[in-house]
Amino acid sequence: MSTPIATSVAAPAMVAPARRRHRAWHKFKRNRGAVFGAIVVLIFAILALFAPWIATHDPLQTSFMAIRKAPSAAMWLGSDELGRDIFSRLVYGARASLMAGVVSVLIALAVGVPFGLISGYFGGWTDSIISRATEALLAIPFLILAIALAAFLGPSLTNAMIAIGVSAAPNFVRLTRGQVLSITKEDYVQSARALGASDTRIICRHIFPNVMPPLIVQATITIATAIIAEASLSFLGLGLQPPTPSWGSMLNTAKNFMTQAPWMSIFPGAAIFLAVLGFNMLGDGLRDALDPRQEK
Amino acid sequence: MTTANLDTQRVLQVDNLSVDFATQQGAVRAVRNVSFHVDRRETLAIVGESGSGKSVTSLSLMRLIEYGGGTITADGLRLRRRNGETVDMMRASDRQLQSVRGSDIAMIFQEPMTSLNPSFTAGVQIAEALQLHQNLDAAAARAETLRMLEQVRIPDARAILDRYPHQLSGGMRQRVMIAMALSCKPQVLIADEPTTALDVTIQAQILQLIRQLQEEMDMGVIFITHDMGVVAEVADRVLVMYRGEKVEDGTSDEIFSAPQHPYTRALLSAVPRLGAMNGTDAPAPFPLLEVAQAAAGVAAVPVAPPTDTVRRENGPILQIRNLVTRFDIPGGILGRTQRRVHAVEQVSFDLFPGETLSLVGESGCGKTTTGRSLLQLVKSQSGEITFDGQNIRTLRGSAMQRLRQHIQIIFQDPFASLDPRMTVGYSIMEPLLIHNVARGRKAQDRVRWLMDKCGLSPEMIDRYPHEFSGGQRQRICIARALALNPKVVIADESVSALDVSIQAQIVNLLLDLQRELGVSFLFISHDMAVVERVSHRVAVMYLGQIVEIGPRRAVFEAPQHPYTKKLMSAVPVADPQRRHRQRSLLVDEIPSTVRALGDEPVVQPLVEVGPGHYVARHAVGKYS
Amino acid sequence: MLKLILRRVLVAIPTLILVSMIVFGLQKILPGDPVLTLAGEERDPAVLDYLRDKYRLDDPLPMQYAAWVGQVLQGDLGRSLRTDVPVTTLIAQKLPVTLQLAVMAMFWALLIGIPAGILAAVKKGTKVEYGANVAALSGMSIPNFWLGILLIMLVSVQWRLLPASGYVPPSQDLWLSFKTMLMPSIVLSTALAAYLMRHTRSSMLEALNADYVRTARAKGVSPRGVVLRHALRNALMPIVTLVTLLFGELLAGAVLTEQVFTIPGFGKLIVDAVFNRDYAVVQGVVLVVAAGFIIMNLVADVLYILINPRLRHA
Repeated sequence: MSTPIATSVAAPAMVAPARRRHRAWHKFKRNRGAVFGAIVVLIFAILALFAPWIATHDPLQTSFMAIRKAPSAAMWLGSDELGRDIFSRLVYGARASLMAGVVSVLIALAVGVPFGLISGYFGGWTDSIISRATEALLAIPFLILAIALAAFLGPSLTNAMIAIGVSAAPNFVRLTRGQVLSITKEDYVQSARALGASDTRIICRHIFPNVMPPLIVQATITIATAIIAEASLSFLGLGLQPPTPSWGSMLNTAKNFMTQAPWMSIFPGAAIFLAVLGFNMLGDGLRDALDPRQEK
Repeated sequence: MTTANLDTQRVLQVDNLSVDFATQQGAVRAVRNVSFHVDRRETLAIVGESGSGKSVTSLSLMRLIEYGGGTITADGLRLRRRNGETVDMMRASDRQLQSVRGSDIAMIFQEPMTSLNPSFTAGVQIAEALQLHQNLDAAAARAETLRMLEQVRIPDARAILDRYPHQLSGGMRQRVMIAMALSCKPQVLIADEPTTALDVTIQAQILQLIRQLQEEMDMGVIFITHDMGVVAEVADRVLVMYRGEKVEDGTSDEIFSAPQHPYTRALLSAVPRLGAMNGTDAPAPFPLLEVAQAAAGVAAVPVAPPTDTVRRENGPILQIRNLVTRFDIPGGILGRTQRRVHAVEQVSFDLFPGETLSLVGESGCGKTTTGRSLLQLVKSQSGEITFDGQNIRTLRGSAMQRLRQHIQIIFQDPFASLDPRMTVGYSIMEPLLIHNVARGRKAQDRVRWLMDKCGLSPEMIDRYPHEFSGGQRQRICIARALALNPKVVIADESVSALDVSIQAQIVNLLLDLQRELGVSFLFISHDMAVVERVSHRVAVMYLGQIVEIGPRRAVFEAPQHPYTKKLMSAVPVADPQRRHRQRSLLVDEIPSTVRALGDEPVVQPLVEVGPGHYVARHAVGKYS
Repeated sequence: MLKLILRRVLVAIPTLILVSMIVFGLQKILPGDPVLTLAGEERDPAVLDYLRDKYRLDDPLPMQYAAWVGQVLQGDLGRSLRTDVPVTTLIAQKLPVTLQLAVMAMFWALLIGIPAGILAAVKKGTKVEYGANVAALSGMSIPNFWLGILLIMLVSVQWRLLPASGYVPPSQDLWLSFKTMLMPSIVLSTALAAYLMRHTRSSMLEALNADYVRTARAKGVSPRGVVLRHALRNALMPIVTLVTLLFGELLAGAVLTEQVFTIPGFGKLIVDAVFNRDYAVVQGVVLVVAAGFIIMNLVADVLYILINPRLRHA
C-alpha cells in the first residue's frame, strides 16, 4: 500500500459575497444624497422629454394682458415681460439645458478619452505632445475659453455645445491618461503582456473597462458644469437665442425686472440650481459607490 | 473601585479582551476573550496568520483601535507605570491615556515610511515625545534625542537629527521609530510586525537591537509577527491566535517542540525551517498537516521520497549568458540621463527541463529584473538568452508571440495579478484565445481541467477575483500560467505575499505540477527557508551579479561566498534551540546599484569550487 | 531643488507658445477678411494695406503667426473695434478692478472654505459634516449670477443696505469701494469656498487616516495636537497649489458677476467685446488671461516644491 503523499490541499470553497456590481448598487442605494440626485435628474429628464405634455401653455405665446403677473392658479410660476408662462418656458428650457449638458460631455468624451488612452499607453513623443497641448488648453479658464469659442463661432446652441465640449475635453484627456498610467503598472496588465496579448487587446479588454468607472463619475459631474456653462453663455447672450426658452437667457431678461417681477428671476435660477445640484449629488454618489478602496 | 496593583515583575496584564467592529452585516467580533500578561525583560510573541486578530489585539492595548472604529470590552487592561503605580487603561480618562501613551507604554509599527510624519525631521519627531511627557525644553530635548539616536546605534547620529524620513533607508527609519518609542523609557514596548517590511540582513540587525535595548531598559516586549522564525529568535513565551481567539500559549520551547492545539500543529507543519533539508538533494513538499487531521490526532503526515524530475539528456532548456539590464535615471535640467541603475550585470546560468533553479537575494539584487528581462517585460541591453536552441533576447513580433506560449510568469501579488473585471474562467482562458489554441467548448473544458489540477472547484469558473481568498487567487494565476503547457515558469516571489500555511500549500502544488508536467521553474524569492524546500539548484544574487551558484545542498550546507554566509546567518531559524545568541551589532545598509554614467562595475567569471558549484572571487560591493 | 524649479520653468515655455498658437488660431475661425479684426474702426484701404503688410496677412500661416507674436511682444495687441483704444490700454484699465474683486473673493473663500473643510473632516460622520457637505454641494451648484440677482433683490432693494451696482476705486473712497465690492465678492467666492471646503476635507481625511497620525496618537499627542500639528501640515500642502489654480476659475466667475453688478472690469470687457464683435479685444483678453494662468501655475508648482520637504531635499 503506497503511503499517501502530502499533496497540495484543495482550496476550500468560499461563500461568495454579493457580486461587485450588486455591492456598488447597494452602496449607492443607501446613500441618500445619491438617490436624491438620481431622482432629481430623472425628474428633469422627464420634463425635457415630455415637455409638450407637461407644459401648461405654449412657451412662445405672448400676451399683452398677462404681462408680469405674479404666480397664480392660471400661471403657476407667473408670467414674464411678454406675458409668456414661466412654468412652460422652464419646462421647455430643460430641453436646452439637459441637451447642452449631455451633448457637450459626449463631445468632450469622444475627443478626450481616445487622446488620453493613446497618450497614457504609448508614452514617448506622442505623450509629450498631447500633454503639452492639453496643458495649453487647460491654461485658459474653462468659461473664458467657452466664451471665446462661442464668440468666434457665433452664438447658437450648437456652437455653445461645441465650445463647452471642446473646453471640457482636456480634463478628460488628463483624467484618462492618469488612469491609464496607473492601470498599466498593475500586475494584471503585465500578465496580459506576458501572455502575449497585443496592445489593442490590452487597451480594449483590460485598460478601458477599468478606466470607465472614474470616467463615468467625472462625466456626470461635468454634465453639471456644462449645464451651468450653457446657462452662463445664454445669460451672456451667447447661447440659445431668444425667443426659444433657455434658463440662462430668461435670467438675463429677468434682471431688468428685479423690483417689478421678482419671480422672473427666482424660478429659472432655481431650476438651474436644482438640475446642477442633482447631477453633482448623483456624481458624488457614483464616486462613493464605485470607490475601489472600499472593495478589499 | 480601585485597580488591583500589579506585582513588580509584571508590567502588563490583559484580562478577557474582546474587540468588536460594526459592519454592514452587524457587529463582527474580531478578538474574543483573549488574556495574557507580560513581565519585565520578557518577550511575548503573538503569532497568527491574516484574520487571526493579532494586529487588532496589539492596537487595543493602548486603545488605539477605537480610532479605527473598534469597540473594546475587557475585564482589565492593567499597566504598571514607571513610577510603580498601576493603571487600568479600560477605566482611564482620555487625559490619563494620553499621558501613558508614549511614556509608559510605546509602540512601533510595520511600515516605517508611512508611520513617520513626512513633514518633520527625525529629530523633531523624537523630541516631541520627550517634550510631551518629560517637559523638557527644546535644547534639552534635542540633546536627549541625540543620545537616543546613538543608543539605537545609528551611525552619524548628529546628521540624522535634521534629516527627513524620505532621506533615510528602511532600516534607519525603523531605528528612528524605535528611538522615538523608547525615548521616555517605557515599561512595555509593543512591536507590530516591525521587521516584516525589511530585508533579512536588516531584520537581523533590528531584532538584535530590540533585544539589546530590552536588556538595557529593563522592559517587557510584545512582538506581533506571522514569521515563526522570528518568533524562535526573539520570544520567551508565545501566544498563538486563530480567528480572533487564543488557541495556545506557552514558552517558546513548549510551543515548538510539543504543540498541543491542532491549529498550532498544523501551522508548524507548514513553517519552512532553514536546515530541515540538510542531507537531501532534491526538493520535497511540506509535510502539511490540516487542522482537521491534527484535531483527529494525526501526529505527522508521511512524505513519500521525492522523485527526480530533472532531465539532463538534451541539455538546458534555457541558457542565459552575460545578461545585462540597466535603467536610465533621468536627471539634470533637460532630463538627460546622468545615472543608471545597474539592475542585472552579466548574469549567466542554465535551467534544465524539470528543474527548479532559485534566484535568491535581498532588495535591489536584480533577481526580479532578471525574470522580467527573460520575458521582455523590461528591455535588456546585451547578453544571450537561448531557449530550446533559439536566441530569444531580441525576438520581435509574432516570433516573440509564439515564444510566450513556452515561458510564463506568476507574480507576487495575487490580488493585483487578475483583472478585477473579468471572470476567473476568462482570465485563465485568455492565453488559449490569444494564441488560438482553443475556443468555446474546448477552451472551457481545458479551463475546468486546469482549475481542478490547481485545487480549485471548477464550478467557480464564472466568479470574479474578489470572491476568492489570496491563496485561491494564486492558484488561479498558476492555472493561467499553465494553460499553454509552458516549458518554463518564472515564479516571481509568488508565495511571498501569502500566509504561511497557504504558502506551504502553494509550494506543494508547484512541486506536484513539476512532477506531473515536467515543467521547469525559475523561482525568485528572498525567503531562504522556502528556497531550501523548493530548489534543485540555487543562485545567490548581490548588486546585480550572481555571487554563488550551485546545487542547493552545496550552497546551503557549505556556502563559500562571504555574502551567502552573511545571508544564511541572518535568516531566523524556526527552532528556538538554534537561536543566534551571538551576533555582531554591525550596522550596515544594502548598497544601491545606481552608478554614474561611465562607472562600470567589475565583473569576472565565477570560479568553480565543487561539482557544479561556482563562486565569485572578484570584489562585488564590499565583499571580495 | 533648484534643478527641479528650473526644469519646471523650462516646461512652462512650450506651453506658453502653444497657448499663443491657440489664441492666434481663434481669429482664423472667423469667416471674412481677417484684416478687419485688427483694423479697429479703420476702413481706409491704405491703412488696411499697411496692416496687411505689418501682419503679413498674405503670407503663409507660420509667417502670420510670427508677425503677430512679434507685435504682441512689443505690447501691441491690436485696437478695439468700437473705441479704437489700444487693447493693452483697455486691459490695463480694467484688470485692476477685477483683481480687486478676485482678491476679496479669494479672501472670503479661504476664510470660510478651509476651516469648514477641516471641521468637516474632524467631525466626520456627524451632522456637522453632513451639513457642511450639503452646503458645499449647494455652493458648487448655485449659478453665481442667480445668487447675485437674489442678493441684490434682498440686500439692495428690500433692505437698502448695499449698492446694487457701480464701482468706486479704493484710491477714491476706501469704505465706499469696499461696500460696492462686498456683495459681488461674496457671490464670487461661493463656488470657490465650496471647492476649497471639499478639497480640504478630503485632504484632511486622508491625513487623519494616515499611519503617522496613528504613531502620533501612540506617542500620546492630544487630539488637538494630532489635527493641528501633524495632520494639517500635510493636508494643506496640496491645497496651496489648488488655491493658486483656482484663481483662474475666479476670473471666469468674475465675467458673470461683473455683468450682474455692472462692474467695469475685465469680465465685462470681454463680454461687451463679444457682443460688439470686438475680436481684437477678445483675443487680447484670452491671451493675457492664459499667460497669467500659466504663470500662476508655475508659481503654484514652485511654491509646492519649496514647502514639500520631499521635494525640497530631493
